[in-house]
Amino acid sequence: MPYFLLLPGLLWLGVFFVVPMVFLLSQSLQTGTLETGYQLTFHFATYSDAMAQFFRQFLRSFEYAFLATVLALLIGYPLAYAIALKSGRWKPVLLVMVVAPFFTSFLLRTLAWQTILNSDGLVMKFFRGTHLIQLTTALGWTNGSQLLSSPLAVVTGLTYNFLPFMVLPLFASLDRLDPRLLEAAGDLYASPLSAFRRVTLPMSMPGVVAGTLLTFIPAAGDYINSRLLGNPNTAMIGQTIEGYFLRINDYPTAAALSFVLMFTILVLVSVYVRKSGTEELV
Amino acid sequence: MVATLPQRARAAAAPAAARRRRSPWAVLRENAVWVVAVLALVYLLLPNLVVVLFSFNKPNGRFNYTWQRFSLDAWLHPCAAPGMCESLGLSLKIGVAATLASTLLGTMIAFALARYRFRGRTGSNLLIFLPMATPEVVMGSSLLTLFVSMGIPLGRTTILIAHIMFCLSYVVVTVKARIAGLDPALEQAAADLYATEWQTFRRITLPLVAPGIAAGALLAFSLSFDDYIITNFNASNSSITFPMYVWGAAARGTPVQINVIGTAMFVLAVLAVALGQLAGRRRAR
Repeated sequence: MPYFLLLPGLLWLGVFFVVPMVFLLSQSLQTGTLETGYQLTFHFATYSDAMAQFFRQFLRSFEYAFLATVLALLIGYPLAYAIALKSGRWKPVLLVMVVAPFFTSFLLRTLAWQTILNSDGLVMKFFRGTHLIQLTTALGWTNGSQLLSSPLAVVTGLTYNFLPFMVLPLFASLDRLDPRLLEAAGDLYASPLSAFRRVTLPMSMPGVVAGTLLTFIPAAGDYINSRLLGNPNTAMIGQTIEGYFLRINDYPTAAALSFVLMFTILVLVSVYVRKSGTEELV
Repeated sequence: MVATLPQRARAAAAPAAARRRRSPWAVLRENAVWVVAVLALVYLLLPNLVVVLFSFNKPNGRFNYTWQRFSLDAWLHPCAAPGMCESLGLSLKIGVAATLASTLLGTMIAFALARYRFRGRTGSNLLIFLPMATPEVVMGSSLLTLFVSMGIPLGRTTILIAHIMFCLSYVVVTVKARIAGLDPALEQAAADLYATEWQTFRRITLPLVAPGIAAGALLAFSLSFDDYIITNFNASNSSITFPMYVWGAAARGTPVQINVIGTAMFVLAVLAVALGQLAGRRRAR
């Protein structure tokens, strides 16, 4: 009985998720061109060439994804905390506000950041008025006189796009927290800060782990934000993979990059999950 | 330091009247969580506001990025942007088909995983989890190599195949959580009242799991309707979905009509959620 229920769905995942991965691996070891056809020649040099050429984009992808994840955690934790523990009867309304962005296409919302950050906008006026723009330029986050087409804009967009994926799991684990535990901590003379550090934070760790994974993984592979809000010097690895597949038509290089991206993320994720000690994510 | 701890505990328990007299700084510190939370909500919702606002704009050039003047043109002629309504139709069709297929397959898997202990359960769980832990660009490109190697022409069929694949796991997770939260006593009661296994499933289990299935279906539809990266790898020039249209517009010039669609979807979704909440409250009463 269970196998009968499982079979159609798992078959679909097998044929259209697992098998393509094998094809991707095989493609990365082939030589030839799209027009004349490819032959499997176990040409491992594609990997070293591709990595030598695009190491900077790789590093940048993980750097931006890491920054976006940390920022999303810092912004998302207080939000999830307020909704779960302090909002009372406003809880459903606030939760809808967190999911509401999803009701509009994410490409449109990312384009909206071009409006928000552009040179005539209020944000830019504030940055110019307070001379913050000079600080961010000195730090290398912006280039000269604008906020758009800069690393700052890309990380802002990445953090924005994946923030709900951080808030929802955090909310789920904080919502399960029994308020009596915090009262007990207070009765035992714990300051609010140490009650948070010793009770709330450990209890919300499953949410932290799930949220950071749900933010980091898609952010590392994303290239929408770096294309729409960045410049050629903020290109992330997804952009390279897309270009090599769809415009340059160099399938082996693109497949090798794609495979390395997936492999790196899987290794990082499994190390992280093991270190944080929560393996019941599935 | 130690002496201040009980003091603080007492301060926290002080009545609201006493709290009102404190300095603004103390009030701010007490509500720091709310200050950050409200700023976070502004950050989250500001782009939606911009999308809505700029659906009433009349831009001077090809790009709709700076405010010029109020106009209802785009709302009165939503299909005036060439090709946009066709792409919207395609996205809706693919979205509905992908939702139906992934909800059916996903619900079946969820029941199997939640209700049975069998060999290969861990492996099945892993297979469900992996697509959610793989970047879209990897899934899209690997499917492309499959289709190209097998000589399968790209188009709406390949898009649909991809969408069913990446929606499936999310449906499984959503429905499984709902089944796991059911009270087993309800099904036992049905059995005690001589209901057959099928009657119990039809009249007790399925209605109880239905909200989870609906949530999974909604999630699947929004994932499918909004997907750009995977779709772009598996589409052809004659199968342009709405997100692909928007992406192209970002380079060629953004018609105001895309904001009209974005706004209309937003309003419809908010209405649907509000109606759902109302219906839920009435049933609870």
